[in-house]
Amino acid sequence: MKEIRIHGRGGQGSVTAAELLAVAAFEDGQYSQAFPSFGVERRGAPVVAFTRIDDEPIRMRSQVYNPDYVIVQDVTLMDVVDVAGGLKEDGMMIINTEASAEKFEEVPARVMVVDATRIAMEIIGRPIVNTVLLGAFAGATHEIRLNSIRKAVGDRFSGTIGEKNIEAVEAAYNAMEES
Amino acid sequence: MSELKAELKVVEGSYAVAHAVKTCHPDVIAAYPITPQTHIAENLSQFNADGELGNCEYITVESEFSALSTLIGASATGARTYASTASQGLALMHEALFNAAGMRLPIVMTVANRALSAPLSIWNDQQDSIAQRDVGWIQLYAEDPQEAADMTPQAYKISEDRDVMTPAMICFDGFILTHVYEPVALLEEELTDEFLPPFNPEHILDPKNPETFGAFADPSIYTEFRYMQELGMREALKKIDPVAEEFREIYGRYYGGLLDEYRLDDAEIVLVAMGSIIGTIKDVIDEVRRDGIKAGLLKIRSFRPFPLDAVRKALKNAGIIVTLDKNISIGKCEGALCTEIKAALYNTRLDTPVVGYMLGHGGRDVPPEIIKKIINKATRSMKDGLTIESSYADLKEEFV
Amino acid sequence: MRLCIGGIVEPGTTLANKTGGWRSFKPEYHYERCTKCGLCELLCPESCVARGDEGYYEIDYDYCKGCGICAHECPTGTIEMVLEVK
Repeated sequence: MKEIRIHGRGGQGSVTAAELLAVAAFEDGQYSQAFPSFGVERRGAPVVAFTRIDDEPIRMRSQVYNPDYVIVQDVTLMDVVDVAGGLKEDGMMIINTEASAEKFEEVPARVMVVDATRIAMEIIGRPIVNTVLLGAFAGATHEIRLNSIRKAVGDRFSGTIGEKNIEAVEAAYNAMEES
Repeated sequence: MSELKAELKVVEGSYAVAHAVKTCHPDVIAAYPITPQTHIAENLSQFNADGELGNCEYITVESEFSALSTLIGASATGARTYASTASQGLALMHEALFNAAGMRLPIVMTVANRALSAPLSIWNDQQDSIAQRDVGWIQLYAEDPQEAADMTPQAYKISEDRDVMTPAMICFDGFILTHVYEPVALLEEELTDEFLPPFNPEHILDPKNPETFGAFADPSIYTEFRYMQELGMREALKKIDPVAEEFREIYGRYYGGLLDEYRLDDAEIVLVAMGSIIGTIKDVIDEVRRDGIKAGLLKIRSFRPFPLDAVRKALKNAGIIVTLDKNISIGKCEGALCTEIKAALYNTRLDTPVVGYMLGHGGRDVPPEIIKKIINKATRSMKDGLTIESSYADLKEEFV
Repeated sequence: MRLCIGGIVEPGTTLANKTGGWRSFKPEYHYERCTKCGLCELLCPESCVARGDEGYYEIDYDYCKGCGICAHECPTGTIEMVLEVK
């Protein structure tokens, strides 16, 4: 079983990202589960959401304490929340930042960085990073196929918004593939 | 992708339940939104707005008390009725819950289990439904969204049986199950139609043939009316297993009837629990069994009617019984399952020790480690013959 | 007698239930004093006083509970409450 923890701020779509990861993983033929940390969500407040992916039906319903992957949607959270807490040594953290991975040497696992905000601004025209980071996740981990992310995002957002989100997903995927 | 898996769809737990309700063709829905039940009410409201509920009347009300009172009237006219609520909303319904049960109106209601104030908490435990133990409603507890969805037509079938005629609550852990996205097989209308006959009560409110429901009963007959409710529950007790079997025949899914067992056959340490912690417990049991600890699980699916005989049978070979409760009777420091299981063993030849643990109150997470710790303690207690009093498994002593 | 579940009963009716049986005193008219003012009809809480053919008022003893309001209020003392003999 692979466990993913997504850190974001209220309004950044962390819960939607967790859900779309679950949909995409299921599209890939795996079982999945996504749930928020059930806070009293307010815009800007730190938010956590979780996704589990497995070949077998998932029965575990506790929160995720030892994630294989951590996605950080907002780099300012690094100083506020223990985003690396419990992250497996052989796990990976994907951070939305314009800085390079070397800047995060205190994280006791592999760090991948993606400038998701820039990608989102260039392609979608708004700083919506949740779908972009899904592309980055697929590119960095290969846990989920790009096509499945594309389909999950396309099914969720229709029309031009959907197309632009998919384009942004692809851009982030390719950026991770190259790095 | 396997054929079975192809039928699955990743949806939110609340959607799965609302969709299941839709396939049961309710005639009247009345619900007042309250966290964490809101998504169930929203989804049904959306179905209604989209014309997917047929002739169903979705009545927006100004409180939970009104919601249930509305349904009491509607059900008495022969309508199939549905409500959903949680926590304070369920507490506000308290008086009307007795009326629905006493008038023998088979209303089905999903309770998105949540803690009660004060202190204010929107998070999950089962204090709300447990506090309504004695109102005369059937209480079924679901371990995951699929089971809660599947329980819905089953609850109607049991409740509307002419020998039962008793309302039912489907208890469904708030947030943990209402807000989780996972693969669920959505119920199909044709199959539910095949499984669930139309509601056809013997008595209905009809101006052409007037009758009074819940009439005045003086001391010469009140006891008998209450006893007849007990008889209705006994009929429900007989029907919950066969209805689960009928559901399996049509839908191919089965979650147990009155109760379910997991690796219980040779289990020395038997955990007894209900609701969303069941899945986590199953994973932990698999893990500790690899270390040679013979642990098993008894899942209580029907808390009311309480399956006394089935529970006794399931527990007869246990070396130690551990109950896990998401509720507490303050002043006894014990959860409802603990009390029930202890009572079930009385007047039998069993003197198996029962250890009660309370955990996961007010939304506190139940990680697998805490279940492991409980199993280890029980193992030691069984070996040493020490008695452990009922207590919180996850209390932060340093805070009190 | 078998009770019906849910406390469901057919509606009761005073067509069958003659409430006059509750009475221990009954009103009787002495019409020689009556002015046909109609206060007794107006004030009867059971509506069991009705005007007869000649304008005098009569009591429906099937439903009169013997409350005595008519006798108390009659301005001419036409109505007398007498012990019910059963």
